[in-house]
Amino acid sequence: MIRFLLNDQEIVLSDFKAQATVLDWLRMERGLCGTKEGCASGDCGACTVVVAEPAGEGLVYRSINSCITFLGALHGQQLIAVEHLADGESLHPVQQAMVDHHGSQCGFCTPGFVMSLFALGKQPPPSGEKEHRDAIHEHLGGNLCRCTGYRPIIDAALASTAIRAPDRFDRKSCTTRATLDRIRSEDGNRVNGGNLADPSKFLIPRDVTELSRACLEYPDARLLGGGTDLALEATQELKTLDRIILLDRVTELLQVTESGGWLTVGAAVSLSRCLELFTTRYPTVADLLLRFGSRQVRNPGTLGGNIANASPIADLPPVLLALGARITLQCGDNQRSLLLDDFFLDYRVTALEQGEFVRSVSLPLSAPGQFFRVYKISKRIDDDISAVCLAVNLMFEGEGQDAVIRRAGIGVGGMAAIPMRAPACEAAMVGNPFDESTAAAAADAIAEEFHPIDDVRASAAYRMTLARNLFRRCLLEFRGSEFPLQVTDVH
Amino acid sequence: MSIDRTRSVGQPLIHDSARGHVAGTAVYIDDMTPVEGQLHACVGGSAITRGRVKSMNLEPLRAAPGVVDVITADDVPGQLDIGPVFPGDPLLVAGEIEYRGQPLFAVLATSHDLARRAVALAKIEYEEMVPMLDLARAIDDAYYVRPPHRLQRGDAGAVLKNASRRFQGELRVGSQEHFYLEGQVSLAIPEEEGGMTVYTSSQNPTEAQKLVAEVLGISMHKINVITRRMGGGFGGKETHGSPWSCIAAVFARRNDCAVSCRLSRRDDMVMTGKRHNFLNHYDVCHNGEGRLEAIRYRLAGQCGNSPDLSDAIVDRAMFHCDNAYYIPDVLVDGLRCKTHTVSATAFRGFGGPQGMIAIEAIMDEIAFRVGRDPLDVRRTNLYNTTDRNVTPYHQRIDAFSVPRILDQLEAESDYRVRREAIRAFNRRSPALKKGIALTPVKFGISFTVLHLNQAGALVHVYTDGSIHLNHGGTEMGQGLMTKIRQVVAEEFQVNPDRIVVSAAQTDKVPNTSATAASSGTDINGMAALNAARTIRRRIVSFLAEKYGVDESEIVFLDDRVHVGDRTLEFGQAAKESWLGRVSLSATGFYCTPRIHYDRAKASGRPFFYYANGAAVSEVVIDTLTGEFRLLRVDILHDVGRSINPAIDIGQIEGGFIQGFGWLTCEELKWDRDGRLLTDGPATYKIPAISDTPPVFNTRLLADADNSEETIFRSKAVGEPPLMLAISAWCAIRDAVAAVGDYGFFPELHAPATPEEILRAVDGVRGRSS
Repeated sequence: MIRFLLNDQEIVLSDFKAQATVLDWLRMERGLCGTKEGCASGDCGACTVVVAEPAGEGLVYRSINSCITFLGALHGQQLIAVEHLADGESLHPVQQAMVDHHGSQCGFCTPGFVMSLFALGKQPPPSGEKEHRDAIHEHLGGNLCRCTGYRPIIDAALASTAIRAPDRFDRKSCTTRATLDRIRSEDGNRVNGGNLADPSKFLIPRDVTELSRACLEYPDARLLGGGTDLALEATQELKTLDRIILLDRVTELLQVTESGGWLTVGAAVSLSRCLELFTTRYPTVADLLLRFGSRQVRNPGTLGGNIANASPIADLPPVLLALGARITLQCGDNQRSLLLDDFFLDYRVTALEQGEFVRSVSLPLSAPGQFFRVYKISKRIDDDISAVCLAVNLMFEGEGQDAVIRRAGIGVGGMAAIPMRAPACEAAMVGNPFDESTAAAAADAIAEEFHPIDDVRASAAYRMTLARNLFRRCLLEFRGSEFPLQVTDVH
Repeated sequence: MSIDRTRSVGQPLIHDSARGHVAGTAVYIDDMTPVEGQLHACVGGSAITRGRVKSMNLEPLRAAPGVVDVITADDVPGQLDIGPVFPGDPLLVAGEIEYRGQPLFAVLATSHDLARRAVALAKIEYEEMVPMLDLARAIDDAYYVRPPHRLQRGDAGAVLKNASRRFQGELRVGSQEHFYLEGQVSLAIPEEEGGMTVYTSSQNPTEAQKLVAEVLGISMHKINVITRRMGGGFGGKETHGSPWSCIAAVFARRNDCAVSCRLSRRDDMVMTGKRHNFLNHYDVCHNGEGRLEAIRYRLAGQCGNSPDLSDAIVDRAMFHCDNAYYIPDVLVDGLRCKTHTVSATAFRGFGGPQGMIAIEAIMDEIAFRVGRDPLDVRRTNLYNTTDRNVTPYHQRIDAFSVPRILDQLEAESDYRVRREAIRAFNRRSPALKKGIALTPVKFGISFTVLHLNQAGALVHVYTDGSIHLNHGGTEMGQGLMTKIRQVVAEEFQVNPDRIVVSAAQTDKVPNTSATAASSGTDINGMAALNAARTIRRRIVSFLAEKYGVDESEIVFLDDRVHVGDRTLEFGQAAKESWLGRVSLSATGFYCTPRIHYDRAKASGRPFFYYANGAAVSEVVIDTLTGEFRLLRVDILHDVGRSINPAIDIGQIEGGFIQGFGWLTCEELKWDRDGRLLTDGPATYKIPAISDTPPVFNTRLLADADNSEETIFRSKAVGEPPLMLAISAWCAIRDAVAAVGDYGFFPELHAPATPEEILRAVDGVRGRSS
């Protein structure tokens, strides 16, 4: 059984398919057809809805793609769809702004944009015009519009999300919070007290004890992080997912700790949260995360999911490999920690054993003498998958002209069947100053070491040229330039 | 025409569905409350590219959960071929399979999901044949869906032969997926006595009506097709919206229940046509200042497996390979090549962009060769209205706003200053290079198929003064309903809120043309105006007689009718007319005057007038990765006297970004076996919000007019702005040229993806080292 709020109405569902999506439920079960299906793969944002959940003293509002969100994941949340925004006859300010600025043409993507704008309006106010524009891009990058060219939507966003006038949802937030707290305190589809006879197909463990028990009991169950990839098996490949274990209520998997120069992030920590974590610690990774999927993907998507999924083109593994991250796996009560390099075995094959799950990832914090960069190259800036992702982590010894690379970690994505380190390339750099010849040697080593994939996103030859040239960019950045070195830095 | 006293026309009214859009209450077909017993259809496509079905076992489908019915070509009661102009498009394949994914059978089930799942269970054995997949080979083999066509003026061959400055070039121009956010969808509901109501997301309800009637083997009057709105069309729902109506109708008839046929995004991308990709070859000569002397073109469009609209599309490419430039001697061969890929179809611009980009590439190359600013070379070659004024199809240009647009845009955009600043930046910037280009657009307005240039409308005035408006045009987001409402409001001098625009519906206004060719407002607006005018005249004549005043003393103004010194509320005037037994309902009709084209002679006046505009784009590229960004765009566009400037600007900006996508990030890829690899938004990338330039200035040309008597002297705006984006593609090449210090003319094709840009950069590097 799951319980959640649909706007103000408490919904109790005991009989639902594990793979039922929020979009289908809204449209077919509730007749709420304002939320649209544009792609059913989380790539267009037409189905964007907002979920509110308890955070701190209040609520946090997150936009998600309802087409790839399983219904069970709503347990203990408030679901807000486009029909819920207007207050009687008066439109919500974000809706009114879209009308006033001619932000809709065919109107099919509009409800999704409205919901993303609504979520944006619930974030802390921007500190200035540039920050405001950046936030608009960040929140709307996952909403495709084929008609307007976006300019009027940007204007609507500028006009309606600069100030934070309380709306209906703010006025009711105390009641909403209380209801959600009550729901969460009651049992949902818990795996409680060792009783696993629960016939539910959608399990919501609350701590690692419950989780590890569930994983052992149901080794065939699919682990659900954000579901932004898993859901595609249901909506695109038409597979049947019989049993799902939701990870994002497992307390330990949501923890973030910092000690001894290492940052440890729970596997179910969302990519949006990672973005915040990295903003001060590794700004280059935060920049990468801004281009990771879309806001609607980063909100539910998890760090652990991006790793355990073992996609050759995942964005974070190259970063973590280059940094020398470690991964902690758990099976039953047993934990083991291994270097991330040893986790990826083959195309979509990992070191995870049956009944085992990813508990956390640890990475070293930035240190003096470290030069770290990560580059993602894709066809489109927003919400695209990389052709090549290259992370370069250099530890220097000595100062200025005499600085020599003491340790190098090079992580690459899109260049092989799995995300990989490039040991020959690292070896070519270590012991040398970072100059033209080292950059060239690194590029040559990469070329020697990899036989990149040739697919729909990029040819093997292009990938190879990119990988080589990115060392050149890295060198230019290392040396510093009065000129911008990336197209996104030109203003 | 009363253009001086406007209160509606010229106002930036919001889209008539805007509130519904933002509130989620605007109803699209899949949002309609299901009819009792409604079932869902899904189409099964071929797993091979070319060949025949040896055996097809659909029994596992029939046994699948929820499945109610399964059909193949044998089950289509009437005509199987639904080709819109020429045959070649079977609803379901009966003979040869001609592309991968071509519909072979269809399943009806209790839900969309169950129907999709059932499709996967078909057991089909094929006999494969070798497909034609390569455009260049189809050209060599003269493998066509329709015969070639030629335009000719003067003797280009002779001029080229004796030319001193001559070059040849080849340009690949990519395809484009429409990616309307709402996929193809139709809902067929059986009516009594064998009738059928069909709701469809279609730009062409009349064609859906005709084809549904044909596949069912019944008369058109039994079929009523209704389209309230589409979630985007862009040409993709002109002919390729109809098959799904036909499938739904066949099932609905057989099972006597309502049937919805909605394509998943993947099916939509695989089974429906796209923009024609082209391979353009040109042979050019010019004088020392860069003035064209002659061009010989071969424009080859990849049409896919069937003719569809390709004859007219390749014609339009040929009609636009002059763009805004006079070519003294010209010869254009247009080829309609056949490949075993899904039939290419209409897409905003309808071939025009693929022709136009060729001459813009030529302008840039000439400028490079004679060492002049490309803008100066473009100016040197512009048409005028006196002596250099005849197109390759012998239409005389008698109004031409491009020179004025270029002058104003050059000044307003600081083109020269920025060009210098860019050169300075490029001299020193190590990785990034910038580029700038200013290109014009001249786009011919009218369907080039004469009979399509007609439209009808139906206006009712009710006794309370409210007005119901219907016309043959469909709403796909372009604001057509809003504009035509303004037109009728203008005629009656009433508040547009009085007027409700209803769905396009074939039993209200019959025999309509597709809403296409940018013609929606031009022809339907005129038809609506004529209908409204008829009613107004009747009211005037009645009131004049009733109150004994001269007709000239009756004035419609501000929701009132002034009759001599009396003033009636508009509703009162309507009611009095009704009491006086005056008909307050009228149809209106319009057909575009002054157009004709003799295709056999390739000569005539196919276009009523031309829409003009120009854009300056500034881009930055990364010479290490090929990544690019649009930094600034300035557009000046001539819409004549705008009916609704907000909607027109929306069309211009949206068209520009769509064109920018076509020329940059949007790349369709097929594998060697003819399988579409880019079959969803995860791999096919249309522009997203960060692709909109941070500086985006769009202006309408002031004091503009239309020398032809169009609706309130406005100009069509749907398609022309798409081609403004050619400026961005030219700017990318300008940036690439900086890599070789402008000493080499870069070879660049379209789309200029990062990979293509880096290839161009490396090409220049290779030549300059």
